[in-house]
Amino acid sequence: MEYLYYPGCSLESSGKPYDESLTAVFRALGIGLRELEDWNCCGATMYMSVNEALSLAISARNLALAEQAGFRDLIAPCSACYTVLLKTNRFLRESPELRAKVDQLLGQVGLKYSLGVKVRHPLDVLVNEVGVEVIASAAKRSLEGVAFAPYYGCQIVRPERGFDDAEFPLTMDTLFQRLGARAVYFPLKTRCCGGMLMTTFPDVCLQLVKELLECAAENGAQCLVTTCPLCQVNLEAYQKRVNKMFGTSYQVPVVYFTQLLGVALGCSEKELGLQRNLTVWRAPISVLAA
Amino acid sequence: MASARVDVSPTKYHAPVPGSLPAPERELRRRFLEEAQVVPGADRISQCLQCGTCTGSCPVSYAMDISPRMVIALFRAGQIEEILRSRTLWICASCYMCTTRCPQSIKITDLLYALKRTAIDAGLYPERFPVYRLSKNFVRVVNRYGRNQETLLLLLYYLRNPLGLLRMLPLAMAMLRRGRISLFPKKIKGVGAIRTILRASKDFELPREKEAVPYTEGMVGYRAVG
Repeated sequence: MEYLYYPGCSLESSGKPYDESLTAVFRALGIGLRELEDWNCCGATMYMSVNEALSLAISARNLALAEQAGFRDLIAPCSACYTVLLKTNRFLRESPELRAKVDQLLGQVGLKYSLGVKVRHPLDVLVNEVGVEVIASAAKRSLEGVAFAPYYGCQIVRPERGFDDAEFPLTMDTLFQRLGARAVYFPLKTRCCGGMLMTTFPDVCLQLVKELLECAAENGAQCLVTTCPLCQVNLEAYQKRVNKMFGTSYQVPVVYFTQLLGVALGCSEKELGLQRNLTVWRAPISVLAA
Repeated sequence: MASARVDVSPTKYHAPVPGSLPAPERELRRRFLEEAQVVPGADRISQCLQCGTCTGSCPVSYAMDISPRMVIALFRAGQIEEILRSRTLWICASCYMCTTRCPQSIKITDLLYALKRTAIDAGLYPERFPVYRLSKNFVRVVNRYGRNQETLLLLLYYLRNPLGLLRMLPLAMAMLRRGRISLFPKKIKGVGAIRTILRASKDFELPREKEAVPYTEGMVGYRAVG
């Protein structure tokens, strides 16, 4: 089995540990992952607010390249990429006129897209295609003793309703509970982290981050598990500023779901890029050692 | 209310007929409806119950000057200019909670995007607005390299805000030490293709869902505001 992989811009820099751990997890499970050659930016939410038409056209280039490579599924781990690519697919499917226009643009650069690619989130592929039982039987370590807050963020469950409920998704909960961890009560699991507001309106965003950290900490989570590169940076890198602003003292480790999964599958800390995390990431690992 | 690129002088501002829309407002309305037509199901806006579920669900409505519910109310009242000048459009983080929960299936987030584009188009966004600046730089970087370069984007953004850059330094250093910052922007091979698409899309028009109801002189009340 081999999947085509669209890392997205964040996974090349601030989200590097996500890229490393995702690759490690797929390797440990014996599933191939091939990077889409010469992919370009999906457009994210920002391109869309300036020029929607163009954002659709450039994100369609990736889908066309994926189709050309002969793959049915394209894995997009970043929430923004996932949503934008899904949305592009839907717009093209629902509107023949739009499709004709995009076809025409792609034709200019010698590409063609006939809607044959399905955009998938790695969490969806791992749980719904590979299967929780297969993963459990491949696990080398039990996650028993790990109490985690499953944080899905906004864009993988909304607005395209990809693979789980928009407000109370359970995919990640199911996966890690099967591996021995305990999901704490975390009602804010799909609450927005603020995304790019951290750059444009930091005060608004810090408030959102504080609420998420508070909710996780008060419910006894030892770590927050995320599925999105932007959430990870907002929740992890800005804890000091939250603490300064609100007089709190949060030190919650924030890991990508692939990092926690990799721990269970017996991958090393280095393979999972855990040394790149900023927070006291050792907490969940030390729990394992005990 | 400060004026930008739209003429809101008193003579023009007063409606020619009681209950009809003043000229600048009519123009902004036309532009917004045009932008909104790309959104599938945009016409659901007329089904709004004013229940406030959107505002109640929004994690950032506390920081907005006009709540999402009020945005729709103002649209109905024929006061788009006020919406376009608000902070609201720029504070939305596009988490889509309002869209998911709206009992009338109004595509609130997508409509806010349409309003954003209308505001940019009409030059009505508050001056030196951070979100607009960030978006513009983002588009520049992507057009140049084919991919977003986080480091470059943030540098461009903070160029106008050196104090902010200074505040970011400790964090940037920590990220750099852990290999989470890429210093040198990479260009993709297909950047030529991206530029060709850019050029070819100059006259790229998205299909319209539904034609806007043309405004005719003398339309009053609800008929005038849709």
